[in-house]
Amino acid sequence: MTQISSTDLGLPGLRSGLDGVPSSGEKQTGKDFTSDQEVRWCPGCGDYAVLKAVQNFLPELGIRRENVVFISGIGCSSRFPYYLDTYGMHSIHGRAPSIATGLATAREDLSVFVVTGDGDALSIGGNHLIHALRRNVNMTVLLFNNRIYGLTKGQYSPTSEVGKVTKSTPVGSLDHPFNPVSLALGAEGAFVARTIDSDRKHLTSVLSAAAAHRGTSFVEIYQNCPIFNDGAFDAIKNPDTKADAIIPLVHGAPITFGKDKVTGKPTKGLIRNMDTGAIEVLDLGPAADQYAKDLLLVHDAHNPDPSTAFAISRLTDSGYLNQTPIGIFRQVERPAYDDQARDQIRTASQAATGAPTDRLSYLINGGDTWTVV
Amino acid sequence: MYSTSEASPRTKQVRQLDRVIIRFAGDSGDGMQLTGDRFTQESAAFGNDLVTLPNFPAEIRAPQGTIPGVSSFQVHFADHDILTAGDSPDVLVAMNPAALKANLSDLAKGAAIIVDTHDFTGRNLTKAGYATSPLDDGSLDEYDLHRVDLTGMTVEAVKEFGLSRKDAARAKNMFALGLLSWMYGRPTENTVEFLSRKFAKVPDIRDANITAFKMGWNFGETTETFIVQYEVKPAAMAPGTYRNITGNLALAYGLVAASVQSGLPIFLGSYPITPASDILHELSKHKGFGITTFQAEDEIAGVGAAIGASFAGQLGVTTTSGPGVALKGEAIGLAVMTELPLLVVNVQRGGPSTGLPTKTEQSDLLQAMFGRNGEAPVPIVAPQSPGDCFNAALEAVRIAVTYRTPVMLLSDGYLANGSEPWQVPDVAELPVIEPNFATGPNSTSTAADGTTTEVFLPYKRDEATLARPWAIPGTAGLEHRIGGLEKGAEHGNISYDPANHDLMVRTRQAKIDRIADSLPPLEVDDPSGAAKVLVLGWGSTYGPIGAGVRRVRKAGYNVAQTHLRHLNPFPKDLGDILARYDKVLVPEMNLGQLSMLLRAKYLVDAIGYNQVRGLPLKAAELAEAISELVRSAEGKCLP
Repeated sequence: MTQISSTDLGLPGLRSGLDGVPSSGEKQTGKDFTSDQEVRWCPGCGDYAVLKAVQNFLPELGIRRENVVFISGIGCSSRFPYYLDTYGMHSIHGRAPSIATGLATAREDLSVFVVTGDGDALSIGGNHLIHALRRNVNMTVLLFNNRIYGLTKGQYSPTSEVGKVTKSTPVGSLDHPFNPVSLALGAEGAFVARTIDSDRKHLTSVLSAAAAHRGTSFVEIYQNCPIFNDGAFDAIKNPDTKADAIIPLVHGAPITFGKDKVTGKPTKGLIRNMDTGAIEVLDLGPAADQYAKDLLLVHDAHNPDPSTAFAISRLTDSGYLNQTPIGIFRQVERPAYDDQARDQIRTASQAATGAPTDRLSYLINGGDTWTVV
Repeated sequence: MYSTSEASPRTKQVRQLDRVIIRFAGDSGDGMQLTGDRFTQESAAFGNDLVTLPNFPAEIRAPQGTIPGVSSFQVHFADHDILTAGDSPDVLVAMNPAALKANLSDLAKGAAIIVDTHDFTGRNLTKAGYATSPLDDGSLDEYDLHRVDLTGMTVEAVKEFGLSRKDAARAKNMFALGLLSWMYGRPTENTVEFLSRKFAKVPDIRDANITAFKMGWNFGETTETFIVQYEVKPAAMAPGTYRNITGNLALAYGLVAASVQSGLPIFLGSYPITPASDILHELSKHKGFGITTFQAEDEIAGVGAAIGASFAGQLGVTTTSGPGVALKGEAIGLAVMTELPLLVVNVQRGGPSTGLPTKTEQSDLLQAMFGRNGEAPVPIVAPQSPGDCFNAALEAVRIAVTYRTPVMLLSDGYLANGSEPWQVPDVAELPVIEPNFATGPNSTSTAADGTTTEVFLPYKRDEATLARPWAIPGTAGLEHRIGGLEKGAEHGNISYDPANHDLMVRTRQAKIDRIADSLPPLEVDDPSGAAKVLVLGWGSTYGPIGAGVRRVRKAGYNVAQTHLRHLNPFPKDLGDILARYDKVLVPEMNLGQLSMLLRAKYLVDAIGYNQVRGLPLKAAELAEAISELVRSAEGKCLP
């Protein structure tokens, strides 16, 4: 079978992640997407905010509720499907991307979401995540990153900082953490983004873009665990520090952050070091070189080459979080595995003539046969 | 066939035989599997009954000329119905000293050995561990040894095609095939056609192979080394169309048939593993039937994707061997809990751990029964012969779809790669499998004010089968959530209630037990009706057990035989049948796994006959064991 590109599918231009999913016709509300099950997360858990945002953004997609499926693994966040009145499966630890792969490949008319956490997606399920990303199966992966194991009561996770003292690391963790965005970019994810549980507006806009993207969309959501890792994201939530801590990524705009107390203008920006090729933070204060200011990096999420996006992702602190880029790092078009798999089947099925029973009879009577009379 | 009568210097004798066992053995690069396969196809076309046993190393190319690198293919063909690939070859074709050494111990004195003298060099003899050449030191005096320079004659025969010496010598397997084809009067047209097709793109190689094949035939016809030609007449078989088929191919066809007969597209999620990969290869060719094959990143993703596809309303299948089942255990438990149809095919191989990847064993029965956490019953179906893999696959899918459950189909390496003539079934007579998707509410709910609304209860059960509804995404009004946490009865929401858990555990078990209601009575073969001993088996031991039982009866003893297709649940009449006999013998290629289940369930003193040699049981040895048991049961003295 030859390589099939989206143009061979006879589709004009780019396909949305929701193409093929029937539209709802009538207006739906967040209530339509809310199940009758009592939500059972700890008081103050960041998951509540994400749930509310998801319940409210789903109706905006304009697709039928019965064609939405949420698949989760194991962990606090993986209770998510129970609270949405769609189809859902709370599966086993780390395997949600593989289950979603089968589901999304089997049915073009479904909008498939995976809800997972840092332990579920990056530790026990790391393999499935990277392979879903490289295949680019049409699904949206929401990774709730609280940098701790919550459901098992407070062990360090693969995103916890080195030296973290937890129940299983009384003298500090030795594990070097993953940067989920770097990992997703390294796996050649075509849509890679990061957002924050408490920023409803940003969260909703990123989720909408992710759902509309055809292929695997990966969204890391910083989510606070008030019980076992409270304050992990304080720097990006505290009004006094967040302007310096968050590096906002907006496609087509120069990347600047920080806020001058007097002028309100950004105090820092990203530039490429022309000698090393590295992405660096430039102080935009009065002493700053005008020439350098003119070379501020303009964010290009559509760049087919992921290396700049990767370099930006490396500006995330791996220890206590004082600085992190937020937004859509990468959003490029690449053929989706499931579209191509279905196309191979469609092509073969169209070439096959006759009733299935006749074709079955032809198949099993093939090869060297002989007849006994 | 290719020589004219003038070319024949003398009249050869023709001797009638009722059956012959030939083993082709050589280096794993010598093309022995192909040679054996072609000889098999010729025999099938001729109309003999046959059974084959390929035996090859796990290494793709083990060091040349060494014992670990020996690959062999045994074919047993007969003028009557046969059941096994045979215990001991009548003819061994040995392409080098290692092939001779590795196989000699399986031969009875007097058996014919054809060796390629060209490869019996000092170096090769040393590699095989021979201090002196067995061709010269008298150690083969008790065999009917034929020394033939297969390589030399092949190189000479294909000279005109200008191949390198190495490429020319590679056609020696076809020379050997030609010789054996002459010796047993096999039809040759199909092999010539096959070679023309296989090497269509490389005319020199094609012509060299065809020439070597024909020259091998002519050599047999003209040489004085071979003075006897043998005739094995076609077997009497039931009218119908036949083809030779391996278990893996029959199993793949069974899955295609199950898809057609259920209207459910197949989704195969699989990770390559010996000896199951050929099922993945075969199904990947049949996209025209709507079949998706997904080569997953690992065993777990293979079953995970299959479960996802089943949730979506397709027929999720995963194919693997024992080590893969070990990895899939948790996901199979998820399918037990979510009560979704799923077929898990385990083509068993020697274990534990990596074990013997290319050899056969039946040691995963208890893994299939119990290899999951919690009370997680899974129905088990086992085919009994290569061709039977077709029906067994259909039956496994029937159970999976009807009862909304994962089903384990236990094939094994012998069935997978072995072959036999298969009577191609009439598609019109295949069973129809009804998915019965849920399409609307199945209950009503009454509010406090007395008003009722229609609701969907995802865990409300069918009264007869105890199966729950299969409501697939895209069905409006039936939105529901499933998962690995315990479900409340009927409504299916999470429940930690102790009484509910007890009920659900018992209900899941009862559902699997109900399958027995749909099974036909066991067929017990007890021609005299006077047998005191029952031989009970499962899976691929059907052949050796049947052959062993025939021998015992021929010797004048009474013995009954029955064979299990369903290992969980057992057929309802099994307990009564076991109780009818004084002794029950259970031959297995494991240390007594079925025996253990029978003892536990029926309190029967099952006697095991157990071998774990990576090879099928030998009918003659088994017959000895059966006879001994019959004698003791009937109170007769040992002779």
